[in-house]
Amino acid sequence: MQRSLIIKLSSAVFVFGAWEIAGRIPVSYAFPTFIDSMAALARMSLDGSLLAAYGETLQPLVVGLIISAFAGIGMGLAIGLNAKSEWLFSPIFIVMQAAPLAALIPILVMAYGIGLTSKVAVVCIMAMPVIVLNTSSAVRNTPVSMKEMATSFLATKRDVLLKIVIPAASPVIFSGLRLGVSAGFIGAILAELKITPTGVGDIITYSRSIADYASMYAAIFSIIVLAVVFLNLLEKLENILFAGNNRGYVSD
Amino acid sequence: MYLFGRRLPNMSSLIFWGLLWEVVGRLGISFFIPPLSEIFITLFEIIGTPAVLKALGETSYAFLMGVFYAIFIGIPVGILMGQNRLIDELLLPWVNIFLSAPLTALVPVLMVLFGFGMTSIIITTTLFAIWIIILNSRAGVKQINRSLVEMARSFGASPFDAFFKIYFWAALPEIIGGVRIGLIRAVKGVIIGQLLISVVGFGALFELYSSNFLMAHFWAVLVLLFALAFTLAECLGWLEKRVSYYASSR
Amino acid sequence: MSQIKPLHMAEPAIPDIAVSVMDVSKNYGSVEALKNLSLEFPRGELTSLLGPSGCGKTTLLKIIAGLLPATAGKIEVNGVAVEGPGDDRAFVFQDFALLPWATVLRNVAFGLELRGVAKAEREDRANTYIKNVGLEGFEQSYPHELSGGMRQRVGLARALSVDSQVLLLDEPFSAVDEQNRRKFQEDMLELVATEQKTFIFVTHSIEEAVYVSDQIAILLPRPSRVSEVIRPTGFRHKDVANIRRDTEYLDIVDRIWSSLRNYVE
Repeated sequence: MQRSLIIKLSSAVFVFGAWEIAGRIPVSYAFPTFIDSMAALARMSLDGSLLAAYGETLQPLVVGLIISAFAGIGMGLAIGLNAKSEWLFSPIFIVMQAAPLAALIPILVMAYGIGLTSKVAVVCIMAMPVIVLNTSSAVRNTPVSMKEMATSFLATKRDVLLKIVIPAASPVIFSGLRLGVSAGFIGAILAELKITPTGVGDIITYSRSIADYASMYAAIFSIIVLAVVFLNLLEKLENILFAGNNRGYVSD
Repeated sequence: MYLFGRRLPNMSSLIFWGLLWEVVGRLGISFFIPPLSEIFITLFEIIGTPAVLKALGETSYAFLMGVFYAIFIGIPVGILMGQNRLIDELLLPWVNIFLSAPLTALVPVLMVLFGFGMTSIIITTTLFAIWIIILNSRAGVKQINRSLVEMARSFGASPFDAFFKIYFWAALPEIIGGVRIGLIRAVKGVIIGQLLISVVGFGALFELYSSNFLMAHFWAVLVLLFALAFTLAECLGWLEKRVSYYASSR
Repeated sequence: MSQIKPLHMAEPAIPDIAVSVMDVSKNYGSVEALKNLSLEFPRGELTSLLGPSGCGKTTLLKIIAGLLPATAGKIEVNGVAVEGPGDDRAFVFQDFALLPWATVLRNVAFGLELRGVAKAEREDRANTYIKNVGLEGFEQSYPHELSGGMRQRVGLARALSVDSQVLLLDEPFSAVDEQNRRKFQEDMLELVATEQKTFIFVTHSIEEAVYVSDQIAILLPRPSRVSEVIRPTGFRHKDVANIRRDTEYLDIVDRIWSSLRNYVE
């Protein structure tokens, strides 16, 4: 335990140290030192501008993710449980999963303007496919013997769905949600950089235009840290919620 | 899905959606949705034009270069991480961070550091693809069956032999899996890079078409792009199955 | 051949039949898995279905369970035709089929839960059977915290708790280690003696089949048919510890092996 902590810390010190040195040389006029960037981060956190920015940035992210979660899980269940809806809908999401959906942004802007709607739509198209595909494959891959077990003990179709299929699928559905959140972050930032600069995207764009690179790096640093910390918490939660859920079969 | 006792092919519902699109387009419900037939006609008109060929060329170049770096840096780093505990412990947290980080946020940094052009797009592409390749190569080496390595050693294999005759091949299914996912991510990376640095490739084309409200042109390019991306993904999936035939039985 | 068990000594030579399989065939497409298979399972006894892999013994068991439909033929349990799963039969799965997200208690009570038994009553009954299979103290454990042998005890308790007349066991001990398997086999003999149920037991182990069975049906593959039914008589009443030394036991094991050895690839 001690050893891994020491290694993690020294790895962090090494990387941030390299950043500091590279900033001092400097490798580029647009490369501030680590300390300058952290100072800018502290300044923006203290004067409240960062908090206000996140208030704006998180809005489309949260709305988009809630919509994607409900619509995505619903669609995934439909695809996983019903052959007709699988035939009808799954190709769309398979193509969406492979396609660079970011290319739809200009159309979304034309259709919905530069407001919140477009940004929510961007988050949705980025986050939804992985949620749908994870849910549908989780539902389809319910262990056959568990379904047979329930059937042999006289379970109704509804019992099988509620007591076997959905609980068995929930770990994979949850990790689909986590991947959806990850993609949603990409979408939210993309929307702010591409559609209209608001929130954190505004800090990034504005400080770049006035060559305040320390603030720009600080804003980028903060959003990456936020996303990574949040996703890690989700993963921890997943491990707690579904401890042992993937084990307990004969294969281990 | 069965119809009249016949099994409908897997992706055949796309034909249904295409027809629906055509009808919606014909009805003129929305300016943003021109009939699909018009989109395809436009696609055939513009596909040979210098502007589209240039965009395709630039995008392919950025994609291939980005993927090249991702693969030739990613695989060795991953294998090294799988074999050496110290390197693994030093690098793994960073790989995990960048795997889940919203990399779009880094594009502005690349723009100020490497300029408004091809270099930044290539680096964006690499950044999107490399982390999963590293992670999968690492996992591939980590899962190698101990008895396989011990077998090689008991027959007196040199470290060199062990690496090329055992490690690489035993980890290959995972490595290929990582490269497949990495390539799909790279497609997204190259487009996101071009959207944000919209002076090259399809980014410039999108800008041109959308500012002139050339809907059919815009959709034609999108259809082309999606079709290419999907074909690539399917080919890679097929390739992975061919190469990884022994993955399940080892 | 009349002596089946000491208990039944005074009863007629033809035992009462609990389950009968009549001319059952099963085709998968053009592949014939079972062909015109007929077999009878006497009440209160343990019958093993023994055969090389691919002989369709699990298929037959799942057809009896009502999990698979037969292509042709008929199954009767207590004179009633089988048309699907029913509360007269309970199944024990090779891979245990426990719910990984549920405690031992809920897993054992799950069959009763599906039959709509109230929570207090089903947990009460589950607790009895948890005790019977020797898992007292593990009621609140999860399957991944148990060993393979303990997991199968959960599966067994679940099947016993619904109190069905017929117990169907699909290679129940094949994923359990050797020592646990031996303990299970001894427990099986005791269960058969005490539970007044009909056991249908699929296994690929000759020794296991001869050790636990009142009747052994040898199935041969492609397409599957019953080649022979053996009823061990001499050692059923003996102490469990002495069965494996009994000459009849050894003779039967030998005889089965010599008829099956040609089918081993």
